[in-house]
Amino acid sequence: MATGKDLTGALCEAVERCAATGGSLTIVGAGSKSFLTRGVEALPADAGGQLLSVAEHHGIVDYRPEELVLTARAGTPLREVERVLAQAGQHLPFEPPQFHGGGTLGGAVAAGLSGPGRPWRGALRDALLGVELLNGRGEVLRFGGQVMKNVAGYDVSRLQAGAFGTLGLLLAVSVKVLPRPSVERTRVFELPPAEALVCCRAWARRPYPITATCYHRGQLRVRLSGAEAAVTQAAAQLGGDDDTSSGFWPALRDQRLEFFAEPGLWRTSVPPAAALPAEDCLVTWGGAERWWRPGDRQAARRQAAAQGGYARPYDGSFGVRTGAHLSGAESRLSERLRQAFDPHRVFNRNLTSTAEADLAD
Amino acid sequence: MTDSPAAARRARRVEALLRAELPAASLITDPLARKTFESDGLTALREVPWLVALPETEAQVLAVLRICREFRVPVVPRGAGTGLSGGARPLARGLVLGLSKMASIIDIDLDNAVARVQPGVRNLAISEAVEEHGLYYAPDPSSQIACSIGGNVAENSGGVHCLKYGLTVHNVVGVRLATIDGEILELGGKGLDGPGYDLLALVMGSEGMLGVVTEVTVRLLPTPPAKRVVLAAFAEVSAAADAVGAIIADGLIPAGLEMMDAPAIRAAEDFVHAGYPTDAEAILLCELDGVAAEVEADLARVSRVLELFGAFSLTVAQTPEEQARLWLGRKSAFPAVGRISPDYYCMDGTIPRAHLADVLKRIGDLSASHGLAVANVFHAGDGNLHPLILYDANVPGQLAQAEALGERILELCVAVGGTVTGEHGVGAEKLDPMCGQFDAPALEQMHALQAAFDPHGLMNPGKAVPTLTRCAEIGGMHVHGGRLPFPHLPRF
Repeated sequence: MATGKDLTGALCEAVERCAATGGSLTIVGAGSKSFLTRGVEALPADAGGQLLSVAEHHGIVDYRPEELVLTARAGTPLREVERVLAQAGQHLPFEPPQFHGGGTLGGAVAAGLSGPGRPWRGALRDALLGVELLNGRGEVLRFGGQVMKNVAGYDVSRLQAGAFGTLGLLLAVSVKVLPRPSVERTRVFELPPAEALVCCRAWARRPYPITATCYHRGQLRVRLSGAEAAVTQAAAQLGGDDDTSSGFWPALRDQRLEFFAEPGLWRTSVPPAAALPAEDCLVTWGGAERWWRPGDRQAARRQAAAQGGYARPYDGSFGVRTGAHLSGAESRLSERLRQAFDPHRVFNRNLTSTAEADLAD
Repeated sequence: MTDSPAAARRARRVEALLRAELPAASLITDPLARKTFESDGLTALREVPWLVALPETEAQVLAVLRICREFRVPVVPRGAGTGLSGGARPLARGLVLGLSKMASIIDIDLDNAVARVQPGVRNLAISEAVEEHGLYYAPDPSSQIACSIGGNVAENSGGVHCLKYGLTVHNVVGVRLATIDGEILELGGKGLDGPGYDLLALVMGSEGMLGVVTEVTVRLLPTPPAKRVVLAAFAEVSAAADAVGAIIADGLIPAGLEMMDAPAIRAAEDFVHAGYPTDAEAILLCELDGVAAEVEADLARVSRVLELFGAFSLTVAQTPEEQARLWLGRKSAFPAVGRISPDYYCMDGTIPRAHLADVLKRIGDLSASHGLAVANVFHAGDGNLHPLILYDANVPGQLAQAEALGERILELCVAVGGTVTGEHGVGAEKLDPMCGQFDAPALEQMHALQAAFDPHGLMNPGKAVPTLTRCAEIGGMHVHGGRLPFPHLPRF
């Protein structure tokens, strides 16, 4: 099964060298999410900075469809993973975004982003079963594994999801995969915003085979997935019309919809029933995720916090772990954790901000 | 304790400080009363704790932690005490921090389909509280009538429905965690993600070593309207094992897929008369749930696969009562085995499903060579084995023999790419097998991670992650790849 190229040795050496000389490495996969990391440019070379590409460390290492698990090196393109899975009638349940058509599996884990199906099919971190990790001392560490149920040791694997490489360089990951549903249909409803949210919440308490929702400018789209009979029955019960457009959900996932083109985009993650902002807003995840461009940024932060969630710009600051969104205790603990994995600050030094840099957006 | 005068003074001081912070009934010092807490569900490991604190509020939890930090008293958090790996095994010089008095459901939020509960709330009580709204909490460990949600978080508990609905980590959206530093971390919430590291995921299964859970927010799912249960009987264990992989390869994810071998079938049938075929070498119990139309279609597909793989009889429950009866045999299997053997030792390894038939055969071989019978009853769908090693503690040497056999079985699980514990936790029990699953740098990284939360090593010390010294002493620090039978597999 093993294909591709194993660059573990070279990556280890690069890390060891940096740890010894006080240099720093900026980890890059395909670069498709570089717009989320303000400091993706390496520190200047004369300051010991170096760009470290993981893209050439690629290849699917192990995949047996009946195990529902795929193991691949971090640089493996998401497209290749999807292609191989599709051949066996399976897919990545967390639908990682493929911005500009690209992205690697390691990059998907580092960014921790999940697609439109997240509330129903689980987040990327939910599907993450194991990682092979290079820590800041240049040690190759293995956590988790290739089985669904595994409580041996701390769950260091899931901790990597969304850590943007600041807790180590991912060498390989094992993810849970699932059979593709035999049928997928999208129903469209014309509704005012508040009513759409009420519908989404009411349907969440009923056993419908819903696997995605998206509300924008008066239109609520609901994706139904599963066996033919179940999908047909649910479509009849929910009402609405069949969506005649095609490719809506991948376009939403990869942010190719026109709505995403304008600058100034923010992402809000809140309890799904939380009141919607007055601005033009694209609502996904049954209400739990909102995309918009707030007029008053401080007010947007305050409101999301008051609702029990958080709001952040979806730009170069997104990959930076800032104290602005974390309590003092969590911020201090996070810093100690980073220290535990990367004592010499070898990895992505630019993505671990200091308190002063916070709230600069 | 026979201690120096200074130590005795210190002990009196700690007790006095705790007494000042806690209601009278929340501090247990009486030796007989403390004995109640000497073990959890793994009764082979016992130790009477020095003190037991049963706080009623988060503020009291913080006060206890503050005093313990100041006087360097080790803290052993405890939920309902149903754990099977000695995770709540006390320390003679430590304090047991029991969360049983914090047992209120704080808030059922139907709009957001979540419930906020205190850690001492029983797992099943959550589902019972929301049943009238057509909702439930999915993870269902076998101890669910007694075990607490805080304990579930500590162990990342599973159950018979994890294959489709996941473990605790997939169903808890927020916790409040009191750290030994005296801070409260609010991790997650009613939304679906947070802005920092995924500490919520890290806390799941951390066995009380990162902090004390003082509140849990769980997501609630709609109760599936339809459910079908089918029992398939096989003349060969290997045929049943292969059918498990085939069902999943066919694109089906059953809600539950359980397997029992002949000794377990017979013990269960003698005990509860569930109507199990006692002439079978193995049975599979498969539950399908969802909307009626889908469940019927899935049932037809599963039945086809089961027959194709040689099931000699299929029993489809026609009524809810029949379903309950088919499940009763499985759910009574542990006590049923307890009836046929003075003692049994329950293992908990997980393996990739492809190795099921082979591993079961090799467990049979190990059983014969160690001279102890093994009954297998387990979550076949997710490869989570529960070999029950039958022994008699009154026969000198048998306990040691059972433990030795258990270790061989766990080594086998690791060797085929699995893990030493799927859902019971490492606790105080599986420290030695951990030395075989992880190498020294990985264990060291885990210790460093823990120190970030608990610099003085006061939270449940000596559990979950073995020290390197221990691993060196047992000679169990294995070199990966060199001695393992599947060197081509990545060893995560």
